[in-house]
Amino acid sequence: MSAAIAIHGVHKRYRSVHALRGLDLTIERGEFFGLLGPNGAGKSTLINIIAGLARADSGSVSVLGHDVVSDYRQARRRLGVVPQELVFDPFFSVREILRIQAGYFGLGRANDDWIEELLAALMLADRADSNMRALSGGMKRRVLIAQALVHKPEVVVLDEPTAGVDVELRHSLWEFVQRLHRAGHTIVLTTHYLEEAESLCDRIAIIDHGNLIALDSKAALLQRGMGQRCSVTVMLAHPLAELPSALSAQLKTQEGPRLQFTLDREHGSIVELLDALRAAGAEILDLQTEQADLEDIFVELTRRDRHESARTVHTVS
Amino acid sequence: MNPHGLYTLFHKEVLRFYKVALQTLLAPMVTALLYLLVFSHVLEDHVQVYGGVSYTAFLIPGLVMMSVLQNAFANSSSSLIQSKVSGNVVFMLLSPLSYLEIYLAFVFAAVVRGVVVGLGVALVATLFVEVPVHSVAALLAFAILGSAVLGSMGIIAGIWAEKFDQLAGFQNFVILPLTFLSGVFYSIHSLPAHWQKVSHFNPFFYMIDGFRWGFFGVSDVDPLFSLAVAVAALGGLAVVTLAMLSHGYKLRH
Repeated sequence: MSAAIAIHGVHKRYRSVHALRGLDLTIERGEFFGLLGPNGAGKSTLINIIAGLARADSGSVSVLGHDVVSDYRQARRRLGVVPQELVFDPFFSVREILRIQAGYFGLGRANDDWIEELLAALMLADRADSNMRALSGGMKRRVLIAQALVHKPEVVVLDEPTAGVDVELRHSLWEFVQRLHRAGHTIVLTTHYLEEAESLCDRIAIIDHGNLIALDSKAALLQRGMGQRCSVTVMLAHPLAELPSALSAQLKTQEGPRLQFTLDREHGSIVELLDALRAAGAEILDLQTEQADLEDIFVELTRRDRHESARTVHTVS
Repeated sequence: MNPHGLYTLFHKEVLRFYKVALQTLLAPMVTALLYLLVFSHVLEDHVQVYGGVSYTAFLIPGLVMMSVLQNAFANSSSSLIQSKVSGNVVFMLLSPLSYLEIYLAFVFAAVVRGVVVGLGVALVATLFVEVPVHSVAALLAFAILGSAVLGSMGIIAGIWAEKFDQLAGFQNFVILPLTFLSGVFYSIHSLPAHWQKVSHFNPFFYMIDGFRWGFFGVSDVDPLFSLAVAVAALGGLAVVTLAMLSHGYKLRH
């Protein structure tokens, strides 16, 4: 069975900028996939190539086995894209917009029941006959999602759907997208909110400088690298006269009696750290530990990529 | 083919101008009638055109065709530039519509707007002056071909322009001179020989001259030749427009 999205050796240049450098990536059917990366990493370029809004210089992309260039009609019928920008046609009402979009896909009035379902599910029913200009930003965002789903695509790509959206709407959009995923849709999400990717996605790719610098399940990603580290904050009764030399490599910050360590669990445990502090005469008042989250991993990987110009793809089968 | 998709885009483009009919239908009719009133009043007794045809009667087909051409151009060009600037062109580009279907939908809608405005101008103008009709088929052929030619030019301009300023430049430095120097207000036989030759390089001249033949049965050049020029212009522009769309020029980056 063909993958939801298969990307092979995709290169894309914009004049002097090499936006994508031979990207290979496969997104399986039914996945909730996160595509992360800093600004200018190449995420939107990749999505535009998948959607047919941009053309790769070389390489190939297919959606459910249909090449996005040579078999674009079938590829686009299976793909729904929620664009990043709040774009709309000011001449039409919400219902007209959805009928027009369905019509482009060859769907007539027989699709009206689905449009009504979408309007209800996205809480747009009472504004269905309002002109797009009269809607709030959050409502326009929901119309964009309805437009992407109006032809019942199997694969849905959401390009930063919650950017600039208030907390309440963000949560209602998450719930809606999770419903779509449970209903069997493949979801590809790009977001700047890393906690969003952490709570929603099964598998995550991190792109930087047009390279894939990480591709793993969320759980494995959290276990790797920074995932094996934790932050330990110790509050002492009095500042230490001298820190044991064995601990200096792990010390992150020191503010009087407050010491913060970054602990690599492969090379030491919290018990050993505390024993070393006590041996140096420290009286420990309080202790806090914090696990690394996706944000730590993201920052670490993109920082490492920049410093080393690494082009190695970190994958775990 | 995706006939329902093509029809939807065509219908959307027609709805777009219908929703702002005051600006897209009524305003050009009023403009054309103002031209008619002013020019006919000032020049009626000073300009000689065809024998037995008054200047005001001569002017009406020219003004009708000018309205047809300008509005067909405005329809496709303004729709595309607005969609590009506001970003909503992505909805069309994300769809499975082929470049041929996109081209046909825009041209058909441009023809509808051009013909509706032309019909409106003709109906109101003939309240003032009686104009004979020599060949309805010729009138329809030249109106449809002319608006298709300008609809295609509108697509080219709409795709090429990145801002409204550039589109206005195309309109003012290409469309307007070609229209005004095509014999809307005069017969080219009244021009010096040199300018008569220059006029023959203007495809708009043939569309207006052939259209005028449809009313009077009299023209500056053979109407069949004018028809051939209009068909060739449409063919050439269609090739250019389809090439731009198929390569995604300034649309798919």
